[in-house]
Amino acid sequence: MKENAITAYQLGLVNCHDCHLLVEIPHAHADLLCPRCGAHLHPRKPNSLARTWALVCAAIILYIPANVLPMTITTALGSKQADTIISGVIYFMQNGSWEIAMVIFIASVFVPFVKLCILIFLVLSVRFRSTWRPKDRTILYRLTELVGRWSMVDIYVVTILVALVKLGAIATIVAGPAAVYFASVVVITMFAAESFDPRLIWDVIEEDV
Amino acid sequence: MTLPRDPELPQAAANDVPRLDSATVATEFSGPSRQTIAACPDCDLLNSLPENPHATMLCGRCGAVLYRHHPNSIDRSLSLTLAALVLFLLSNSFPFLAMKSGGFIQETTLLTGIHELWKQELQGLAILVLLTCVLVPLAQMLGLLYILLPLKLGRRPALGAARVFRLVQEVAPWGMMEVFMVGILVALVKLGHMATIVPGTSVFSFGALIFAMAAAFSCLDPHLLWDRLDLRR
Repeated sequence: MKENAITAYQLGLVNCHDCHLLVEIPHAHADLLCPRCGAHLHPRKPNSLARTWALVCAAIILYIPANVLPMTITTALGSKQADTIISGVIYFMQNGSWEIAMVIFIASVFVPFVKLCILIFLVLSVRFRSTWRPKDRTILYRLTELVGRWSMVDIYVVTILVALVKLGAIATIVAGPAAVYFASVVVITMFAAESFDPRLIWDVIEEDV
Repeated sequence: MTLPRDPELPQAAANDVPRLDSATVATEFSGPSRQTIAACPDCDLLNSLPENPHATMLCGRCGAVLYRHHPNSIDRSLSLTLAALVLFLLSNSFPFLAMKSGGFIQETTLLTGIHELWKQELQGLAILVLLTCVLVPLAQMLGLLYILLPLKLGRRPALGAARVFRLVQEVAPWGMMEVFMVGILVALVKLGHMATIVPGTSVFSFGALIFAMAAAFSCLDPHLLWDRLDLRR
């Protein structure tokens, strides 16, 4: 372990979030603006763990109606059919287009679920001062930041279907209530990932030396 | 809580981490001149930047990219941003999909899709799609033009350019045009067995737009830009 490297924090320097200028600050709680770009300076993101935790909990709650309620309601020749995310995936699998089934399953079910699990794991590992493989945990964090946006695919598909399929009595598609819940899950988990500060993972290791 | 400032911070062997002691930092950290050390945004480790400006610099502890050389960055990003802006106008003026079903043709552009969501009492979703696929990418492109044009013309940086650049970087995760493109492809297959689907002009310009935007941002040199936009000069 490379415990003895020096961090900016140990020398009383703050790395600006936005322009990465190193700024010397008089004490940790000074409310200062970056002299180069004008952003607020914090040694660490403020209330990082509490914010991430709150947003993760909200996302978990919204994740349930997002999967249980219908995403689209199709009216074709008088018969009505409500599709949830999962039933949409199963429909594609039965119709032989398993590539599309896979895209939707990964983007709408797998990614949000795994992202929530990773964030819970990261928050708990910092909370319980874990020193386990900090580099890999940092990589996990970068991964959640990177893949979260792809969950929006299903929302966009619904947008396009709703706009395109308006054939009156023959076929109409209407967005279901799950669309709103699902979009909230995606947006909230993106904020949750943004409010987590990966430097907390490394702070534990420096303090333990 | 006070920050530790002990000059006798532990200096044990850390083989492949470029270590910096407080004395080096004190001499090298000298305000607005070219920064020679950088703190890792992901783990806060102080790294010394390479003397060779063409080298790529990774954080010695967590592997984050701290510095990467971008040749000719202002020219390249500027031209790609202009290209992206033209493609953006094309993408939003032509329909991206048309559906044919028994002599009946239904066309849709991005904006009519959003309008349709709004009419179905899903205003929140409509705003979300409008932001992520139209407004954020547009703001990013206009912001880059605002910053890069004066620099290219050799003028002083535009008024508030540093703030604009900060905003451009902060909204970046919310521009999701490439995700929308995948959405179009999924919708194409999904409706393929219901009716004849004709991809419109917009699908192709949209595809090109995604590459132009991604290229414009990857040519951008944040280090160089922050240096040139420094508010203190």
